Amino acid sequence: MAEKEKKESLLSRLGESQVWKSIIRSGVPRNRRQRMYAVLGNVFLHLHPARLPKHAVKIGYTWCMGGLSFFLFVVLTITGILLMFYYRPTVEYAYTDIIDLTEQVPLGIMRELHRWGAHAMVLTVWLHMLRVFMTGSYKPPREFNWGVGVLLMTITLFLSFTGYLLPWDQLAIWAVTVGTNMARAHPFIGHEGPGASLLAIGDINLVHMGSDVRFALLGGRFVGEATLLRFYVLHCIAVPFIAMIFMAVHFWRIRKDGGISGPL
Amino acid sequence: MSNKVIPKASINTDSGNDLDRKGFLGWLSVGWLAFAGATGGFFTLMIRFLFPNVLFEPPQSFKIGYPDDFTIGKVDTRFKKKYAVWVVRNDEGIYALSTVCTHLGCTPNWLEVEQKYKCPCHGSGFRKTGVNFEGPAPRPLERHSVSLASDGQIIVDKTMRFKWEKGEWEIEESFLKI
Repeated sequence: MAEKEKKESLLSRLGESQVWKSIIRSGVPRNRRQRMYAVLGNVFLHLHPARLPKHAVKIGYTWCMGGLSFFLFVVLTITGILLMFYYRPTVEYAYTDIIDLTEQVPLGIMRELHRWGAHAMVLTVWLHMLRVFMTGSYKPPREFNWGVGVLLMTITLFLSFTGYLLPWDQLAIWAVTVGTNMARAHPFIGHEGPGASLLAIGDINLVHMGSDVRFALLGGRFVGEATLLRFYVLHCIAVPFIAMIFMAVHFWRIRKDGGISGPL
Repeated sequence: MSNKVIPKASINTDSGNDLDRKGFLGWLSVGWLAFAGATGGFFTLMIRFLFPNVLFEPPQSFKIGYPDDFTIGKVDTRFKKKYAVWVVRNDEGIYALSTVCTHLGCTPNWLEVEQKYKCPCHGSGFRKTGVNFEGPAPRPLERHSVSLASDGQIIVDKTMRFKWEKGEWEIEESFLKI
């Protein structure tokens, strides 16, 4: 009896201590209002709505594809940061560092997780788009968010494309050679594209192999050392940064456009 | 002057500030224009930053040796790796073929036995002259300018490209008569 009292007082003393209160701030939520406050007062929980319509958690309606895409983005960020501890983006080391990562570094599965996660994310993003289309969730007032989503899908594909070069094997080099050759045909800013020959001063072409959009992408006239470094920076820093900005807008707009769409 | 009474306490008296509404908006516009200019300038410079002034690539124009170094009927693959050209000598002279496949830009291999350039990516085949005959390649390989330098060596200039389908192989610089 005395023991129990002592225990309770210890717990209650802990619950009333300044440290506990400054971290948790509210007590155990006992009713709807308190639960709502607990969710709204926490930066991580508030990313979710405090209250959901029933159909929003129906897997048959959402397929959870948006959530899975975000989950995979987080997985790819974490595994990607880990890979960066070993990978060096130079012609000399890139290929062997990947071999090292797969075969010698503890948990070589980290690289496979990153690779398979990337494949899976492309898939879930497409399926998310399909779901949104099939449920008519692109209709007003959500049409702006559809546009943001299309940008995010393009960014996902570009992340996938830039990551493809980094193993620096024959498949990577030639796939990226072929892929970036498409940029040659871009209107006006690609040197083989329509209108590029119009941008000239007299006989001198302004848009040529050494000044067009493909050159800016590759950092040279062919896929080489500069391209590897450029794609590495794009893949690890620049594009994820842009993706995060658009993701913030995307999630914000879901809430502001009235939460998840209802069934047809 | 207006007969509105301005409370003395609400205005900043020690600055001697006599900015009226119009003046304020004028300065605001100047401020915004300067900001827009600075931002625009910064982004322009950012784009410019992506175009390096010096490339650590093999030069676009280079000497490959004397005409006698090349055997008649042979495709010389010595310059393929560094400069991405094949130098071919026939009975009449010398031409330099680009090693970039006209399908999607991979690098074909010269197959001596079969006397053709064969691309490993999608199987395009080109004859020794560079003319395509199999696979998805839509047009012949491009030729580069070949000329003689004052010391008698051959200069290949890759900035000059000659396309067969435009009749440019007839142009003098695309072929060095010997």
